[in-house]
Amino acid sequence: MNGDVSLPPVLRNDSAALRGRIEDFLYLEADLLDDWKIEEWFALFAEGATYEVPPTGTDEHDPATSLFYIADDYVRLRERVVRLTKKEAHSEFPRSQQRHMISNVRITGVTDGVADVTCNFVTYRAKRGVVDTYYGKHLYRIDCTSEPFRIKSKRSVLAMDMLYPGKLTIIV
Amino acid sequence: MDTILTTPQMVVEDRGRHLFRVARRAFTDEAVLEAERRAIFDRCWLYLGHSSEIANNCDFLTRSVGGREIIFNRDRGGAVHAFLNTCPHRGAMVVREKKGNALSFRCFYHGWSFNVNGRFASRFDEGNYGKEHYGGGCADLAQVPRLESYRDFWFVNFDRNAVPLADYLAGAKEYIDLVADQNEAGMEVVGSGQQYIINANWKLLAENSIDAFHGFPVHSTYFDYLKTLGSLRMESAGSEFSASGMHDLGNGHAVIEYASPWGRPIARWVPSMGEDKRPVIAALREGLIKRFGEQRGTRMSEFSRNMLIFPNLVINDIMAITIRTFMPAAPNKMTVSAWALGSRGEDHDLRKLRLFNFLEFLGPGGFATPDDQEALENCQRGYQNLREVGWNDISKGMPRNGPPMNDDEEQMRCFWRQWRDRIGAVS
Repeated sequence: MNGDVSLPPVLRNDSAALRGRIEDFLYLEADLLDDWKIEEWFALFAEGATYEVPPTGTDEHDPATSLFYIADDYVRLRERVVRLTKKEAHSEFPRSQQRHMISNVRITGVTDGVADVTCNFVTYRAKRGVVDTYYGKHLYRIDCTSEPFRIKSKRSVLAMDMLYPGKLTIIV
Repeated sequence: MDTILTTPQMVVEDRGRHLFRVARRAFTDEAVLEAERRAIFDRCWLYLGHSSEIANNCDFLTRSVGGREIIFNRDRGGAVHAFLNTCPHRGAMVVREKKGNALSFRCFYHGWSFNVNGRFASRFDEGNYGKEHYGGGCADLAQVPRLESYRDFWFVNFDRNAVPLADYLAGAKEYIDLVADQNEAGMEVVGSGQQYIINANWKLLAENSIDAFHGFPVHSTYFDYLKTLGSLRMESAGSEFSASGMHDLGNGHAVIEYASPWGRPIARWVPSMGEDKRPVIAALREGLIKRFGEQRGTRMSEFSRNMLIFPNLVINDIMAITIRTFMPAAPNKMTVSAWALGSRGEDHDLRKLRLFNFLEFLGPGGFATPDDQEALENCQRGYQNLREVGWNDISKGMPRNGPPMNDDEEQMRCFWRQWRDRIGAVS
């Protein structure tokens, strides 16, 4: 699978090594989000990257034809981050506390040095005595040719039949 | 209901002193919610869904409306029905999927089956059931007492004696027309929409959905975003028509109408839509003017409208069109359903633009709605102080000479007067 010639030589033909690097990268991403280092988090995205959260309880997968919760192109994602740095993003002022848990990391394909990665997630958000739980599966496309890696797309598919926490103000 | 609800009064209006106050207890008290269930949700016309959601014969969907579980469907002949989703046999919900297409419904518990027109369709061996089960209707799915529609918007009423929907909607019909007329081929709900929870009393969202007063304080980050993108266009319409204001539509319904600061896929261009979209949107606008005249066509293109249809339907024709309805789950908790409405057969790029306009502002992941949710939840928390600070003030604009402004609070006073009259009527 990862005999892909675009990959750095040390990762070529070594699934465990590639998965290890990708897991490290995902843990870094989770850590930045946990610590509200939101601008550093945005720097993990390649130019032109997208970030999406499709509707819950359906298999609708195209933000051009059905209503997503989030369908950010690179500019909207950048502006989402800018917004979250402001005190006037009232839903995150004072800021909530978060913990991002990741497991079941799998690489489902590698093309031109870009890995398709899936993993399960559970994200907790705590604010004013209320704990929100978000869970589901992340679908990533990660460019493994750059150093550090860069996210080309991230889609967070919630495994919830409706959005019980109400808000999607944090990055799950 | 006993007099505890009306004595002391929960809605106090003093026109002489320009004061309008609502007791915060109205947002927190379980007895008030129970009174609302009986006096409002059992008696008012409640939004069920849009024709386009069950476009084909035998399409169905299930929905909770007014505390009931409902099947909304089309039968084999295309007739629209609303059934109470409970087996006449022993009560199980007959349809458990959210939506689908089926020639019949079958209760999984004991296998009672029904045609999609609700008729009992099982054939058990002789000796199991008498003839009446098949002929008398006692084994059919129960219809919701009243089901009526206006311009593809379907409503139910659990009060058999309710006034006709058209009478109930009163002045709101004109504003539904302004949405339904935007496309000659009709409008449609796009995708399955957004379903979420807000930990606040349902009436807080009714107020918030037509409240222009909070716009700039709460949503500055959204307007900053529009500014950054070059999407903020504040100049007036270039038309003689000036509509900014508020209208009492009767029966507790109200609308605010104002010059849009944002782009509208139908049909107000802003630079962030791209130069290539400029002629496309200009053509849509010309089409509306041709069909409805300069004044109405320009109004449909340029102006934004936030409308509340009492008690719990919002149709906001703003940077996109949202249909939003919400139901109390508890005094401090509501479930919200929101859908995007678009033109049937809409150009792919415009549809995408419409959906992106929607989710940039609206919904749990938008740049604005979450801050509304935060405001509502903060109000609900603040009401814990109601023994010491017991009243909300909804007086803005009362002393104004001339018609109310869109950022006055008269539209909320329309809601509360209706609420007061309906709650009082069953006391």
